[in-house]
Amino acid sequence: MSLDKDTVARIARLARLKVPDEELAPLAGELSGILAWIEQLNEVDTNNVEPLSSVSDVTLPMRADKVTDGGIAAKVLANAPGGAVYIDPSDKNAGGFFTVPKVVE
Amino acid sequence: MAVLTDLTIAQLAATLAKKEASAVEVTDAHLKKLDEHRALNAFITETPEKAREMAKASDARRVKGEAGLLEGVPLAIKDLFCTEGVETTAASNILKGFVPTYESTVTSNLWKSGAVMVGKTNLDEFAMGSSNMTSHFGGVENPWKRKGDNRKLVPGGSSGGSAAAVAAYMVPGSTGTDTGGSIRQPAAFCGIVGLKPTYGRCSRWGVVAFASSLDQPGPFTRTVEDAALMLQAMAGHDPKDSTSAPLPVPDFAAAARDPNIKGLKVGIPKEYRVDGTSEEIVALWAKGVEMLKAAGAEPVEVSLPHSKYALPAYYIVAPAECSSNLARYDGVRFGLRVPGKDLPEMYQNTRGAGFGKETRRRILIGTYVLSAGYYDAYYKKAQRIRTLIARDFKQAFETCDVLLTPTAPTAAFAAGDKMDDPVAMYLNDVFTIPASMAGLPGISVPAGLDKDGLPLGLQLIGRAFDEVTMLRAAAALEKAAAFTVRATGY
Repeated sequence: MSLDKDTVARIARLARLKVPDEELAPLAGELSGILAWIEQLNEVDTNNVEPLSSVSDVTLPMRADKVTDGGIAAKVLANAPGGAVYIDPSDKNAGGFFTVPKVVE
Repeated sequence: MAVLTDLTIAQLAATLAKKEASAVEVTDAHLKKLDEHRALNAFITETPEKAREMAKASDARRVKGEAGLLEGVPLAIKDLFCTEGVETTAASNILKGFVPTYESTVTSNLWKSGAVMVGKTNLDEFAMGSSNMTSHFGGVENPWKRKGDNRKLVPGGSSGGSAAAVAAYMVPGSTGTDTGGSIRQPAAFCGIVGLKPTYGRCSRWGVVAFASSLDQPGPFTRTVEDAALMLQAMAGHDPKDSTSAPLPVPDFAAAARDPNIKGLKVGIPKEYRVDGTSEEIVALWAKGVEMLKAAGAEPVEVSLPHSKYALPAYYIVAPAECSSNLARYDGVRFGLRVPGKDLPEMYQNTRGAGFGKETRRRILIGTYVLSAGYYDAYYKKAQRIRTLIARDFKQAFETCDVLLTPTAPTAAFAAGDKMDDPVAMYLNDVFTIPASMAGLPGISVPAGLDKDGLPLGLQLIGRAFDEVTMLRAAAALEKAAAFTVRATGY
């Protein structure tokens, strides 16, 4: 499977990745190379083989459906790159918001 | 008195217990080494003040008779583990300045056992790489050099800083994470021991996620016994990681101190004779078989017929999981934000500027194989191959107890090599990825030098949750190989 520039641009958009135009063609080449190498998997007959999504043979326990933390809004918001807005600035753990660029005119 | 930085974890623990040195003295001796070898670029963040504070607290605990398993032992932590109050970057520009408000379970466990953190080590960005060259903070230099050749070599990756720090005697032990070989390959390149536990043995909670069905934390040390001691402290069930196994932690250290392998069946997978493997490594592998045989083990040839498909299947599964996991870096909750005219443009600008080339490549591959119309052809296909790989191992372990293979196809290569050919770089992990795909434990033990004087490692692979047998075999291999050469020229 060989990828063209437009396909790379489409995937980049899906992945929300800005890729400069001049890098699309070299990337298409690199990604096509990797995908061509992956093609060898088609040699293997996988009809009637179940897909493996977990390697563990151990039965993993369910935890109790209970709230285990909370009241730590200040910690959750501490690294917000756009800054945080708190409902009650005198009690930051009472809750708050991440901020994003304006989305509604 | 012995030079404190020459001591292993077990020796340091004994020295500290006999009060021949305090934790503060031990920590200061190692911090001095960090100063001396800063040019290796093994650390992204050094934490000398925190280290001295932790060492003081450790000495106080010892006075009270509350010494833990690793009481007063200085360790380096891969900068992929979240550490409360200490910047955690994953070697990526997109996480620059991120200061976690919580501590990963594995590092919490280490601090509970008395260990002291000296700093956060360099790695390939988001643990994606086999050379440490993809780090936003620059590559790490391997403390080893070829005889009569001053060129800088890579320490391997992704946990390159953690491996270099142990090989350069800056710390006696460090943590790494292994997704497809990121502990075992750098251990081999740096002439030290690196252990990837069974998937589920150590909690992934608080470890920056790359490929969640494969990621597993583990230790780097200079001896097998030390690896067992560290694993002992790191492992255990954690309700905060739903894939963490609810199993008791066996006495790993006791296993490592008992290199009795009489009657142990050691499987030699015939498919691991791959093209492109250095002849010296093939010869060392044969020597390793003889060593274990001389120690009383019984070599048996086994077949893992789908081995050659593990690598290409991995390069579907890992990028797919990576593209999902890395979707969280959106410039809203943590890390970098690059403004844009609207929200979608802010996302694109942030992610475009924040991720390096290899990370971007993997996100794109992952997004492609998961996109509508391709999911079955790629991702489902890779998962079916994964079933066959796991089945191969299960069948092999019906006739043997542990497998012996090379760790990597070559010794450490020069910084900058293989950078323009992703597939050539990926081939570094040809011997480590199959066990990762099956979730099995593996350990790399330094077993010899090549003609250039560079260390080479051999890998032992165990049954799921049978690190004990693997450690016994590793101890026997370590004893027989008697690898005592130290890196020089750094």
